[in-house]
Amino acid sequence: MRGKLLAVAAISALAAGPVVAQNKSVKIGFVSTFSGPTAVIGNDMRNSFELALDHLGRKMGGLPVEVIYEDDQQKPEVGVQKTQKLIESDKVDFIVGYIWSNVLLASLKPAVDSKTFLISANAGPSQLAGEQCSPYVFSTSWQNDQTPQAMGLYMNQKGVKSAFLIGPNYAAGKDMLAGLKSTFKGQVIGEEYTKWPDQLDFSAELSKARAAKPDAIFVFYPGAAGVQFLNQYAQMGLKGQIPLYTAFTIDETTLPKQKDLALGVPGAQEWVNDLPNEQNKKFVADYKAKNKSSPSFYGAQAYDAANLINSAVAAVKGDTSKKEDMRKAMEKANFKSVRGGFKYGNNHMPIQNFYLQDVVKQGDDFALKTVATIVENSQDRFHDKCPMK
Amino acid sequence: MNAHLIARNVFVAALVAFLLALPLYTGLSGNNFLLTLFTRIVILAMAATSLNLIMGFGGMVSFGHAAYLGIGGYVVGILAYEGVYSGFLQWPLAIVISALFALVIGVLSLRTRGVYFIMITLAFAQMIYYVGVSLNRYGADDGLTIQHRSQFAGLLDLSNRIVFYYLCLALLLGTIYLVWRLINSRFGMVIQGARSNDRRMRSIGFPTFRYRLACFVIAGAMCGLAGVLLANFNSFISPAMMHWTRSGDLIVMAVLGGMGSVFGPAIGAVALLVLEETLPLAIGRLGYPLVGDVALRAAEYWQIVLGPLLLAVVLFARGGIYGLLPRGRRD
Amino acid sequence: MLLFIEQCLNGLQVGLLLFLLAAGLTLVFGIMDLVNLAHGSLYMLGAYFAASFAALTDSFVLGALLGLGAMFLVGAGLEVTTLRRLYGRDHLDHVLGTFGLILFFNELVRMVWGPGSLSLPLPSWLNRSIEILPGVPYSAYRFSIIVVALVVALLLYLLVMRTRIGMLIRAGASNREMVGALGVNIQLLYTLVFGLGAVLAGLAGIMQAPILTAHIGMGENILILAFVVIIIGGIGSIRGALVASIFVGLADTVGRAYLPDLLRLFLSPAAASTAGPALSSMLIYVLMAIVLVLRPEGLFPAARR
Repeated sequence: MRGKLLAVAAISALAAGPVVAQNKSVKIGFVSTFSGPTAVIGNDMRNSFELALDHLGRKMGGLPVEVIYEDDQQKPEVGVQKTQKLIESDKVDFIVGYIWSNVLLASLKPAVDSKTFLISANAGPSQLAGEQCSPYVFSTSWQNDQTPQAMGLYMNQKGVKSAFLIGPNYAAGKDMLAGLKSTFKGQVIGEEYTKWPDQLDFSAELSKARAAKPDAIFVFYPGAAGVQFLNQYAQMGLKGQIPLYTAFTIDETTLPKQKDLALGVPGAQEWVNDLPNEQNKKFVADYKAKNKSSPSFYGAQAYDAANLINSAVAAVKGDTSKKEDMRKAMEKANFKSVRGGFKYGNNHMPIQNFYLQDVVKQGDDFALKTVATIVENSQDRFHDKCPMK
Repeated sequence: MNAHLIARNVFVAALVAFLLALPLYTGLSGNNFLLTLFTRIVILAMAATSLNLIMGFGGMVSFGHAAYLGIGGYVVGILAYEGVYSGFLQWPLAIVISALFALVIGVLSLRTRGVYFIMITLAFAQMIYYVGVSLNRYGADDGLTIQHRSQFAGLLDLSNRIVFYYLCLALLLGTIYLVWRLINSRFGMVIQGARSNDRRMRSIGFPTFRYRLACFVIAGAMCGLAGVLLANFNSFISPAMMHWTRSGDLIVMAVLGGMGSVFGPAIGAVALLVLEETLPLAIGRLGYPLVGDVALRAAEYWQIVLGPLLLAVVLFARGGIYGLLPRGRRD
Repeated sequence: MLLFIEQCLNGLQVGLLLFLLAAGLTLVFGIMDLVNLAHGSLYMLGAYFAASFAALTDSFVLGALLGLGAMFLVGAGLEVTTLRRLYGRDHLDHVLGTFGLILFFNELVRMVWGPGSLSLPLPSWLNRSIEILPGVPYSAYRFSIIVVALVVALLLYLLVMRTRIGMLIRAGASNREMVGALGVNIQLLYTLVFGLGAVLAGLAGIMQAPILTAHIGMGENILILAFVVIIIGGIGSIRGALVASIFVGLADTVGRAYLPDLLRLFLSPAAASTAGPALSSMLIYVLMAIVLVLRPEGLFPAARR
């Protein structure tokens, strides 16, 4: 299962001559999921990344940009192999992507060992923000716990006294539920983890949740699982009976399929498509024009990743061997982010606002809208564990 | 009639020479990826060779052989996680534990034959897989990163890719040699005899169950060692490496290369993995000047050829690649 | 208590879906002595065909029916062109050859339908909950799965026990050569049986698609369970497949629901949630291993002479 551009890029890679001393282009490896039920997320990220490159004139620091897309098939063991291949065979300067926390954690070692910059455009496992932080790893998304932490604060505001939590049993799922528990002041009367990514049938867990009679149910189910969950939630007659609070379950990739089922289900996010800054308006408008659909937060993060890399390459005027200088440039986060600007903490995790998003119906379509700011300049709770200053 | 120049021997000798000389080429050209690719090929060839001992020669088709890759790998991974990096401890322990698992599984499974044997070995492999999935401390489904390769108190530096490659190659050749010696001994005769007619062997007086069990355990131990190498190679181990579809891959390698020969599985591993890496490129590169973009699209879907190819081998070329090579006249 | 009933219903539904898949598999294995690993691919194709037809005709039911028709053609075609060459060969040859077919079909689907997944949306009359017993609301769709599977089981029973073709099938399962010697067109019979098996597999895929979406590789996971079911139930026995699949479905669902709670007494929730489903899955394989060691012909073996 190869990415579309692999054949072209790999043909040039296999013309194996002696190692060239100076790069003639900026090589970026992009690891994401391009097959299976969650391919829609990978495609959104790829489209956004490509749009960002178009906006940059496909050049960074005066050098042309070459991107090699690899499919991790949502599996850690495939992700680590593709990462190794990008580093050893394609000799990329940067690796971007990683939707899934478990794939990212598996792929960290090759990147860090080879001192290749890795930009996570989505996954934010707690280990990455804490003990396993590295000068070579940056995030343009968030740390997993932050978003459910914001949702927990919101649930407190709404006076929710008891909650039943359901999530997938992998690194991110555990982080999400832990994050919610860290800020939610009510009682957690149930915590269920489902097999990931195979289990898309939530009947057993939903039955349990209903029997426990909580004030609210909180879930984290990204991608196709989010669609299936909302479907089954409604099929069981729970919609309207027990309110649902979510993180990463409703976004522009899943909304077209969730439709009415997503109405009245709030979510928290660091980016919503209607944030009022200039670059976001341009990003959303151009994305819609080019791809005939709305970008999601996955795409927004990928777009930011391209600009983060550009800020580094521009700072060293294309000499990508100056890694220390590039790192310092990236730490400044000196680029126009579509979420309106953010700072980096000591662990290279963004310190940023989180917004409450809700679903509204516009004619026949559904869209996400910012309702309020839940928290400003939120920093993840693991930055103390990171040895970097 | 010069028997030494028959095509099969030449082919095998050339392959071995190529494998021995590879690091020289990659060192000069700087193409490390080729070395990485062939390290993986060599390790999987070792696993496939161990499988063929019981499958090709013993007639025991195990759909659970990949479990030993996982067992060997997890012993290394778990010990590394707990801070034990010494290869002197990890490797023997991995071999012994793999052998023990093979012993238990063999005792229970070898009473059955045919598709039932396939299914019961598969059942045990899945059980081990699910145990791996439930090992929360060691990553469960997400897998476990191994921070350092096995250390041998300075005698061998496994983090040097050339050293590691030659170690894997030496172990592969050692495994092939061991299988060859076993097959050509009295032990091997009993195994192969039991494959064609178990009752007759028993009536002659051979306790075939014990022989087959011993064979099964040896194969499991060898595959466990391959698992140790694989875990070191990837610096990562996950339950996915034990899934029954991984066993299927090993079976494909053995069949493709030729089940009747000790070199067959190695040939199959090389053929399969080289195909996997080069066929899409070849289709794209060769086809592009002819049909343009269509070639690139076709290159993406090259795997569609693999399925029918396997089926064709099963139907028409049972001896695999090795069987297709001319063997010369027998005088 | 009501929760337990609900979980049992869930288990029954999972088991009956498995039965649809296992029935076709055991028929083909029993009649033609063919180990067909590509059965999971037929399951996948059924889901994809139905999703496409449903999108074209805007009707779930019509899409499903057209999908089933397509599956019969695919099954019959596959048997005539490829699979009949495998008859009489070693089981290993079947395993290898049909494993190759799995690879082929996965790529074919990727080529034709793309790498993403297809969803099969339910019509509104299925997409709601009904109250089966007072206080036990249950998804109408899942209930319909139970109903459809039971109807199919009944139809299969009638077919095998009450019709001439059924008689030939049963005879062929017991003594192939004799049936051929009696002048029956064995080739046609085999093609029809395989087509029927493909339809059953496709039906299982179609019923599963609204819950799990149609995606590549969806057949591999459930295929193994189907084999476990037919081994436990007895190869060639549809009755055995029914009993075994309901049991496996209940064990899996009830295990998944209650084992984590049991384990939570001495493990963390996340650990209990990994160990629980793992243990209940293991339980199924342990059971199969026990059956193979003690009673290798299965619980309801088709009589063989």
